[in-house]
Amino acid sequence: MTEPVTPTLLYLDNVTVSFDGFRALNALSLAIDHAEMRAIIGPNGAGKTTMMDVITGKTRPNEGSALFEGMHDLTSLDEAAIAELGIGRKFQTPTVFDMHTVEDNVLLALKDDRRPFSALFSRRTASERERVDALLERVRLTAHRRRKAGELSHGQKQWLEIGMLLAQEPKLLLVDEPAAGMTDQETADTADLLRDIAKTRAVVVVEHDMTFVRDLDVKVTCLHEGSVLAEGPLDVVSANERVIEVYLGR
Amino acid sequence: MKTQSLLDRQAVIVLSLLGLAAVLVPVLNVMTAPGSALHISDHLVPLLGKYLSFALLALSVDLIWGFCGILSLGHGAFFALGGYAMGMYLMRQIGPRGVYADPILPDFMVFLNWKDLPWFWYGFDWFPYAAIMVLLVPGALAFVFGWFAFRSRVTGVYLSIITQAMTFALMLAFFRNDMGFGGNNGLTDFKEILGFPLQSESTRIVLFVLSAVALAAGYLLCRWIVTSKLGKVLVAVRDAESRTRFLGYRVEHYKLAVFTVSAMLAGLAGALYVPQVGIINPGEFAPANSIEVVIWVAVGGRGTLAGAILGALVVNAGKTWFTGALPEFWLFALGGLFVFVTLLMPRGILGTAQDAWTRARARLPSRSAPNALPHAAE
Repeated sequence: MTEPVTPTLLYLDNVTVSFDGFRALNALSLAIDHAEMRAIIGPNGAGKTTMMDVITGKTRPNEGSALFEGMHDLTSLDEAAIAELGIGRKFQTPTVFDMHTVEDNVLLALKDDRRPFSALFSRRTASERERVDALLERVRLTAHRRRKAGELSHGQKQWLEIGMLLAQEPKLLLVDEPAAGMTDQETADTADLLRDIAKTRAVVVVEHDMTFVRDLDVKVTCLHEGSVLAEGPLDVVSANERVIEVYLGR
Repeated sequence: MKTQSLLDRQAVIVLSLLGLAAVLVPVLNVMTAPGSALHISDHLVPLLGKYLSFALLALSVDLIWGFCGILSLGHGAFFALGGYAMGMYLMRQIGPRGVYADPILPDFMVFLNWKDLPWFWYGFDWFPYAAIMVLLVPGALAFVFGWFAFRSRVTGVYLSIITQAMTFALMLAFFRNDMGFGGNNGLTDFKEILGFPLQSESTRIVLFVLSAVALAAGYLLCRWIVTSKLGKVLVAVRDAESRTRFLGYRVEHYKLAVFTVSAMLAGLAGALYVPQVGIINPGEFAPANSIEVVIWVAVGGRGTLAGAILGALVVNAGKTWFTGALPEFWLFALGGLFVFVTLLMPRGILGTAQDAWTRARARLPSRSAPNALPHAAE
């Protein structure tokens, strides 16, 4: 293994992704530290989801590099390998396994040997049970553990998916619009949960809800047309002329 | 966690019925007088054995389609390859008793003026070798096919189409005399298996019982897979493939593993089919055959295993009756059945029965689901 090139956890440098000439990402550079929480804002089509696709190996950039822990080149790994490195991703619409029970959802996400043969002979251990219990408690789904995930409410599914992310024990969580479709109380609770998670892990949150972003109270990056428009505390970014022009509106 | 046991009530019922059939059919065939109402005639025994081999084929399709969302429209190819492997053994057992009395070459090779046995026929005179090939050839084809298809992330209807193309290509290839598998006549005129004459009543009974045993074993294997964590991952792949991938599972490895196991089960089914019907020809590769298997599974109830067995038995029994009584209407009946099931019983016979059972139980006063929250608007 080579020496880390950079001390930051996630390092995107000059990343460009084009689809048929359309530049979804345009020389995007971004650095996320260990146990840092970052909010990403920006208008539709700014490249937020494409950026997550690049980090998680779903999309290969045409140019640029993406380094994890300074030594893993994310552009040469597939989704499964990147997930095993410790990058978890929550989708924009909550995506859980509807036909499985809530606890099975978490169990499948637990960090474990991912190969088919180990899965065939896998037996649940007491420590796994404890971890599932603790995670369900944390995302407040203990009472629903035996229900099918498909029966949960939208907000509960969002939380279940966050619980599954935590079960992977990732170093970096990418969370796409966690507050979408939630009530005000759920939104506030979600902000608390994410802040708590960010004490030990890095969290990147993409969000449109400015109240929620304000609740998070972290450094903000505003993307526009595939590159960084402004970066800094929310007050500074939201005072930026260009940000007001393209995103917040006057 | 709700542990799914290998032997739930449904599994016990399936295995008991298969055990019962394995005992009752021979008894009713041998012990009762022809003409008695309970008598199972000599020609019915291999017919029932054929149904059981079809049920095993349906089971193999349900394993991948019902639990992993892989809709194979080419599983008949694996069935036929297993059948050909068995047929090659049976051909070589004929020995000098063929029409041309060549001790080595099967009749069709003599007829084609071939001087030597092609290399791929070597070893098929030895039963254990043929038995291994019955599993290995379909398994290897599925592995190579799946390796490319799943790695390139071919899914859904595209995968179905290329499985269909695969079986069609194999059918065209096997129709050719030069392939060395008897061309469009296929392999037939079998005499005996392991020294037992295929025409004899006792051999047929043993083959029937073996089919029941193989079906039970295949069912248990599938149950083991779907009740393990592997099975949970397969369902996860079926319902949310990218979610599974982002959790760190190599989806293509899971698909490849289960597709290969499924193809081997289909090959075993083909090997049991051939000695009971006495012929294997390229028609078995016909795309329509593979589609019919999918209909059996859909009719019985996809994703239930037991439903696949039920569907195969019901549809084939119906086919036998129809083709005897109203031959010209069979295809209409089959098509109508599929439309009926798709529209009115999307979960098949077994799924619909299960739903009715659950509803009936829900009406009884019982513990209800905790905190049944209303669904949020989405």
